[in-house]
Amino acid sequence: MTASLSSVSVVFGREFRAYFATPLAAIFLVVFLALAGAMTFFVSGFFARGSADMAAFFTWMPWLFLVLLPAIGMRLWAEERRSGTIELLMTMPVAPWTIVLGKFLAGWAFTGVALALTTPLWITVNWLGSPDNGVIAAGYLGTFLMAGAFLAIAACISTLTKNQVIAFISAAIVTFLLVTAGLELVLGAIRGWAPYWMTEAVAALSVLEHFQRITQGLIEAPTLIFFGSLIVLALMINTFLVDLKKAQ
Amino acid sequence: MTTLVEARGLKKRFGDMTAVDDVSLSVARGEVVGFLGPNGAGKSTTMKMITGFLEPDTGTAEVGGHDVWRDPTSAKAKLGYLPEGAPAYGDMPVADFLSFVGKMRGLRKAELNNRLAEMADRVRLTEVWSRPIEALSKGYRRRVGIAQALIHDPDVLILDEPTDGLDPNQKHEMRNLIREIAPNKSIIVSTHILEEVEAVCSRAVIIAAGRVVADATPRDLVGSKDDGRAIQIRIGSPEEASVIEKIKPLADGAELEVMERMNGSTRVLLRYNDKPEDTRAIETRLKSADLPVEEVGIYRPRLEDVFRDVTTRIH
Repeated sequence: MTASLSSVSVVFGREFRAYFATPLAAIFLVVFLALAGAMTFFVSGFFARGSADMAAFFTWMPWLFLVLLPAIGMRLWAEERRSGTIELLMTMPVAPWTIVLGKFLAGWAFTGVALALTTPLWITVNWLGSPDNGVIAAGYLGTFLMAGAFLAIAACISTLTKNQVIAFISAAIVTFLLVTAGLELVLGAIRGWAPYWMTEAVAALSVLEHFQRITQGLIEAPTLIFFGSLIVLALMINTFLVDLKKAQ
Repeated sequence: MTTLVEARGLKKRFGDMTAVDDVSLSVARGEVVGFLGPNGAGKSTTMKMITGFLEPDTGTAEVGGHDVWRDPTSAKAKLGYLPEGAPAYGDMPVADFLSFVGKMRGLRKAELNNRLAEMADRVRLTEVWSRPIEALSKGYRRRVGIAQALIHDPDVLILDEPTDGLDPNQKHEMRNLIREIAPNKSIIVSTHILEEVEAVCSRAVIIAAGRVVADATPRDLVGSKDDGRAIQIRIGSPEEASVIEKIKPLADGAELEVMERMNGSTRVLLRYNDKPEDTRAIETRLKSADLPVEEVGIYRPRLEDVFRDVTTRIH
């Protein structure tokens, strides 16, 4: 067990530092903050709303993340396969799931850094008025969980290709489907021909639905289980796919 | 002698192509096995199965007494592996990369630092220690790959083309290094370079089309083809057909074979069924027939000849 923990942390350390080894991390952070800021202030009209909360900020997170998390996750396995380092990694005396987990946690922590950099907005809101900080904290928790789910999916998909661009686009499409699954636009299109249970199943997959509830301050078991099981399931498939695809 | 690597009946198919077909191999401590074969013969695939990277369709592999598939962690712990092309994380400095591999292999701080220092010194990486791997020359990158395989001082070392792309000096150094560490380990080295096998390997295993076609010491391999019944002639003339025509009547009863043509001269082999004639007699005869004879002598096969013989026969 201690060996497993240590290998998770060794992989985590390498991967986390790898994000900062190139200017890519800085570019990513700047783009994320600029987009989040632009959406919050200009598109949602943060000041014009005249309300001291962060709803204007959180509303955009699913849409920003469905582009940004695939970008964080795309290199995790595609790059290992392209450069052949996967052969080193998979001949180490450690369980493959520890490597999968270490890589995932590194990407998730990086997302955490990006989110932490948005806290000046939280401070601003407190300076302008007296928001419900519990709701905002819940919003951050929900955002972080959603990021985890998107990243786990992106990491999983990046095992399927040696090409980072293909990994990025495929992951973006899958997360887009997950986000939009609960929208009336999608459900309406399905309802016409699909049985009731199928429409319900698709609706239940909706990230948006769960995300909106948690950003309203409702930290409920189904939401936590939803994001938690998405992450666990994606990582399990990830471990399986790494083994299947490593030598191709 | 302890057997550290034991592969039995390894088979691997990719689609309808059989890459490795029933390969068995056992390597004792202190042995350096040269793994030879034409491109695509199944060398890398076999090595990947022994390292546990690739699962065989049938057959088993044991490293240090541990089954690679039933107990992968223990087997892999005994193993150092340099994959083909010496892959590494290009953005990492040499020191960080080796330290990462060391930690993954379970080395603790003090031990890790000792090993890192030893690698820097022994594999001669001090000069590039803090440089990113992607900025290194091919020779240094190969050395980083070797250091990575040696960091935990494994019992078993599997090196897939460790000297590929190195210049002659670097090759020489690499061979010295392998020879130095050999006595306490089992080493499998794949290579195309036959002189390398003669220089460092205690055993040569030749595989062709996925099967082991020869397994012996380099000396015995050469010896098996050396029956002293062939004579080699070098003629300073490039016109092969006419030369053969001229030689034929002068070498009674011998079978003629053109070995190679180089720089305007031709190497011809005369194979006799019995003890051959005196070389000087042949030389005199050829010279009096106005052939530009450069050399006549008893043919001593080289490993290269044996290699060509056993690997082409199969197709």
